[in-house]
Amino acid sequence: MLAIAIAASAWIGEVSIARLVRGLPLAADYIAGTLPRLRMDHFSADLAHWMWGFEDWALLLADTLLIAYVGTVLGGLVALLLSFPAAATLAPPWIVTIIRRVLELMRTVPTLVLALIFVYAFGLGAFAGMLAIAVHSAGSLGKLFAEEHENASLTQMEAVRAAGGTWAAQMRFGIFPQSLPGVLSYGLLRFEINVREASVLGIVGAGGIGEELYLAVRQFEYQDISAILVLILVTVAAIDLLCGRLRRSILGAAT
Amino acid sequence: MTKLRLTTPLLFALLFLVLLGGLWRMDASSDRILNGIMKLGWLVALMWPPSAGGVLPELLVSLMESLAMAFLGTFLAALVALPLALLGAGNIVGNILLRFSVRRLYDGLRGIDTLIWALIFVSAVGMGPFAGILALAVPDIGVLSKLFSEALESADKRQVEAVRAAGANRVLAVRIGLIPQVAPIMLSQILYTLESNARSSTVLGIVGAGGIGLALSDRIRINNWDEVAFIILLILVMVAAIDLGSRKLRMKIIRAA
Repeated sequence: MLAIAIAASAWIGEVSIARLVRGLPLAADYIAGTLPRLRMDHFSADLAHWMWGFEDWALLLADTLLIAYVGTVLGGLVALLLSFPAAATLAPPWIVTIIRRVLELMRTVPTLVLALIFVYAFGLGAFAGMLAIAVHSAGSLGKLFAEEHENASLTQMEAVRAAGGTWAAQMRFGIFPQSLPGVLSYGLLRFEINVREASVLGIVGAGGIGEELYLAVRQFEYQDISAILVLILVTVAAIDLLCGRLRRSILGAAT
Repeated sequence: MTKLRLTTPLLFALLFLVLLGGLWRMDASSDRILNGIMKLGWLVALMWPPSAGGVLPELLVSLMESLAMAFLGTFLAALVALPLALLGAGNIVGNILLRFSVRRLYDGLRGIDTLIWALIFVSAVGMGPFAGILALAVPDIGVLSKLFSEALESADKRQVEAVRAAGANRVLAVRIGLIPQVAPIMLSQILYTLESNARSSTVLGIVGAGGIGLALSDRIRINNWDEVAFIILLILVMVAAIDLGSRKLRMKIIRAA
């Protein structure tokens, strides 16, 4: 059955072994063509030549991080509000079902499609991209937060209820303190993902470094492509490292 | 404890300031937001009722193309990831330098988004689904290699030792002692990747790498919002179907193991 599925996909995808064999060297040549010439004897001059747009690119990268940050925070806040009524142990079943469907819809529409639509509604620029990231993050974080709340023990919540607390107070003081480490850890993980996603939003005009990269690819500025990619990689790696540290210390402090 | 009490509000204030600064930098004026929300409401009204625009068969073909790209991309990635994972697993390759460099390779492949790879491959091998397949496969090679090598490292080494004790060489020990232990985990990770690729493959068309994304971005460009809604619904149905099928298969694999 696997063989049939592969054959059918290959036919639809217009792929043949011949094309793969022909295509791969082309791709390899292209990638090799983007690599800069860094010679040991004038290394710094070559490096400066390669990274000629560093100041602009660094600014765009900062914008990209900002898009990811604001999108994660706003999306995370919406997710937090929606996650309590989406937890099966905390709300009546019909409310849980409705909220869960809404969250599902928010996270199934691809971020880039949302960005295309928001660019049309809110105009070109980072704001549209941030909104797209916020909506998608709200959908995926809402589900994860709700699962964290479901894992929390109910005794503290019952204590707050016995003291006469409203539903909101029960959530705030009975459940949230227990799920906080999980919520923060998932939020940080989402931020890492969003930095990657924000780096491509520029392709549809939604701000960040993607636009510059798109131009470089379109205009066959080979060396710029590799320079921007290296900068993106370094940024992503730095963010991953930082968030990983923070996550471990949060989870470590919780246990 | 007093130190913690002092730093936590400070940290929150700082994070909040960055948030405000970010919104200011994005020109998030109330005018713009109100205008945008009104325009968005207008769009949603235009989206109803969704319509195929009389080209349903064409849309279905490009949807199948997306699916085929996701499938082949995942398959290709798994094929390449297996040997790379063996090189990166600490219990198979003792050489720390080799292991370190292979692991940085995974990180590099993963760090660049599928869509950027799609841009690159469209320029390199031309428009069409082939570029899309390569673009889906390359970052997944990074993801799957990492997951595979972690699975390999957590495997029970007694079985490998038993095969070695029976006189097998190292390759055979890995093949018989190690791979069967982690095969179910690997399969379910491949299925996860397939689910994620089914989502990604729907947007690759925006940069010309095949699939339904091209039709979608065209409809947005010419403001046919009823068709946009129809295509989004098609995508949602396909993603849901793949998720369901993959979840069932995963359950079966887990139960069999």
